[in-house]
Amino acid sequence: MKINKTYEEINEKISKGEAVVVTAEEIISIVEEKGLEQTAKEVDVVTTGTFGPMCSSGAFLNFGHPTPKIRMSKVYLNGVNAYAGIAAVDVYLGATEIPEADPANQNYPGDFNYGGGHVIEELVAGKDVRLEAYSYGTDCYPRKKIRTFIRLQDINEAFMFNARNAYQNYATAVNLSEKSIYTYMGILKPNLGNANYSTSGQLSPLFNDPYYKTTGIGTRIFLGGGTGYVAWHGTQHNPCADRTDKGVPRSPAGTLSLIGDLKQMDPHWVRGVSYIGYGVSLMIGVGVPIPILNEEMLRYTAIKDEEIYTQVLDYSESFPQGIGGSLGEVDYGQLKSGTITVQGKEVPTAPLSSYSKAKEIAEILKSWIQDGKFLLTEPVESVPSVDSGKKMNPLKIRR
Amino acid sequence: MIKHKVVLLFPAAVVEQPFLYHLVKDYDLFINILRANINPKKEGRLVVELSGEEKNYEKGVRFLESGGIEVLPFEQQMIWNEERCTHCGACTVMCPTGALEMSRPDMIVRFDGDKCVVCEHCFKACPARAIEAHY
Ligand code: SF4
Ligand code: SF4
Repeated sequence: MKINKTYEEINEKISKGEAVVVTAEEIISIVEEKGLEQTAKEVDVVTTGTFGPMCSSGAFLNFGHPTPKIRMSKVYLNGVNAYAGIAAVDVYLGATEIPEADPANQNYPGDFNYGGGHVIEELVAGKDVRLEAYSYGTDCYPRKKIRTFIRLQDINEAFMFNARNAYQNYATAVNLSEKSIYTYMGILKPNLGNANYSTSGQLSPLFNDPYYKTTGIGTRIFLGGGTGYVAWHGTQHNPCADRTDKGVPRSPAGTLSLIGDLKQMDPHWVRGVSYIGYGVSLMIGVGVPIPILNEEMLRYTAIKDEEIYTQVLDYSESFPQGIGGSLGEVDYGQLKSGTITVQGKEVPTAPLSSYSKAKEIAEILKSWIQDGKFLLTEPVESVPSVDSGKKMNPLKIRR
Repeated sequence: MIKHKVVLLFPAAVVEQPFLYHLVKDYDLFINILRANINPKKEGRLVVELSGEEKNYEKGVRFLESGGIEVLPFEQQMIWNEERCTHCGACTVMCPTGALEMSRPDMIVRFDGDKCVVCEHCFKACPARAIEAHY
C-alpha cells in the first residue's frame, strides 16, 4: 500500500479544519472516478450512518435521593417498569418494556402504543416523566413509596447503554403462509405479500468496516444526536458468518455495544416505535466515522448496495421454528429498487431502517468532523473478528 | 365538474335521515363512499368523495350543513405527520393505492391524499404512529 496515514495525522488535519470528509454514499463515485490510490491520498474520513429499530437498547438512570431516602425495588416511569435490581436509586430502563397493564397480544394483534422506547424519547425531549417507586424499607433507606415527576435535566446521570446495535447485515423477512403475521420486521402479508429488510446498506457502519479494523472498543461515534462510544462488541456478535470476497457478511454478523450521554441526545434521533402484534422498540441514530488510513480501508468504504447480499427468510415457519434455510439471496440494490423476486414472484419491499435518515446522520457527523468538533479515536482494543473463531451458540434445552 | 373528498359528521339525532338520497336526487351529485361508520342513535362518520357541478356541490354542502352535518375537508382529517415520519417505508407495502409511496432513489416517503381510499391499513402499520386520523 502506498498510502499510510495515522490517527494522529488525520486528527491534526481535523483540528485545523483541513480534513477531507465524505459520506459512505459519496465515496463510491469518488473512488470510481479517481481510483483507490488517489482517493486514499485525498480523503481522510468516511462517515456512515444508520437509523433503525434497535431493541437491545436502554438507559441507566440515577434519580437522586428524596428525604427520607429510599432503596427503590420496583420502579415505574410513565407506568413502564424499569429494572431496579441495582443500587438504591439507579435503574435500567429497557426499550422494549411495556406497561404491566398493557393487554399485549391478548387482543391479537396488540397495538403496543407505548413502552420503554417512548419513555426514553420523552426523557430526551425534556418532558416531565412520572416516577413511581416502591421499597420494602430498610434502616438506612426507610421510605417505602414515592410518587413524583422527573426531567432529564434534573436527574444525576442518564446514559444510554445498548447491548446490541448497528447489526452488520440482517435478514429480509417474508411470509409464505396464508395469513398476515405480525413480527419485529413489521406486518408481513400472506403469500409473499411484502418483503421487509432492515439495514442502511452501503451507509451502514459495519458494512464499511467489515473486519472491524478501525471500529473497536473506545471508538467515538454519533449516538442519538450526541457523541457516544463503542463499549464492547454487541450481544450475538458473530464475526465468522459466511462472507463475500469483498469481506462483507451474507447474513447477520457483527454487532456493537454502544454507550452515550442521554443528556446530549436529540429526540429526532431517539424515537419510540410500536410494532403491532410484536411490541415496542427504539429507533436510534448511529454514525461511525472511518479513518482512511490506507487504500485497504478506503476499499472497504467504497462498498455499494449491489455488492451487499442478504438472505430471504420465511417468518411464518422457518424463522420461528428455527428450521429450513434461506429462500434465496438478494442484494441491497434490488431491495432498494422496491421489488425483489422470491420463488418467481415479484414482491414489494420496505426498509424499516430509514435510508434517508441514515444519510442525514452521515452528513451531520461529516459536518462535526469538518468543523473540527469531533476527533477520531484509535480503538483501545479490537472487537473479535474473523480470526477469533467466535460462534453464536443456540440455547440447548436440558433435562 | 369538481370533486372533493370530505368527512361528514352526523350528530346522533340525524343519523337515520336519508341525506345522501337528497344529495343525489336534488343536487345531482355523485357520491363515492370510502368509509362509513354509522350506528343507530350514535354519532356517525362518513368519508365520501362528492362530485358534480360546482354550483350544485356548494348547494349540496349547504343543505348538509343546514341539517346539522359537519362537512370537513379530508386533508385536515387525515394527517400524515411529516415530522414524526421516519421514512421507514412500513406503510408503503400496506397501502393499496400508492397514497403512501416511497420515492426512489432518495428513499423518502410521501403522502398523496387524493389517492387515499381511507382503508386504514397504514394506521397501525406505522411504527412511529405518524398517520393521524381525526374523522
Ligand atoms: S388509509 Fe389506506 S389508502 Fe389511505 S394512505 Fe393509508 S393505506 Fe393508503
Ligand atoms: S410507516 Fe410511518 S414512519 Fe414509516 S414511512 Fe410510513 S408514515 Fe413514515
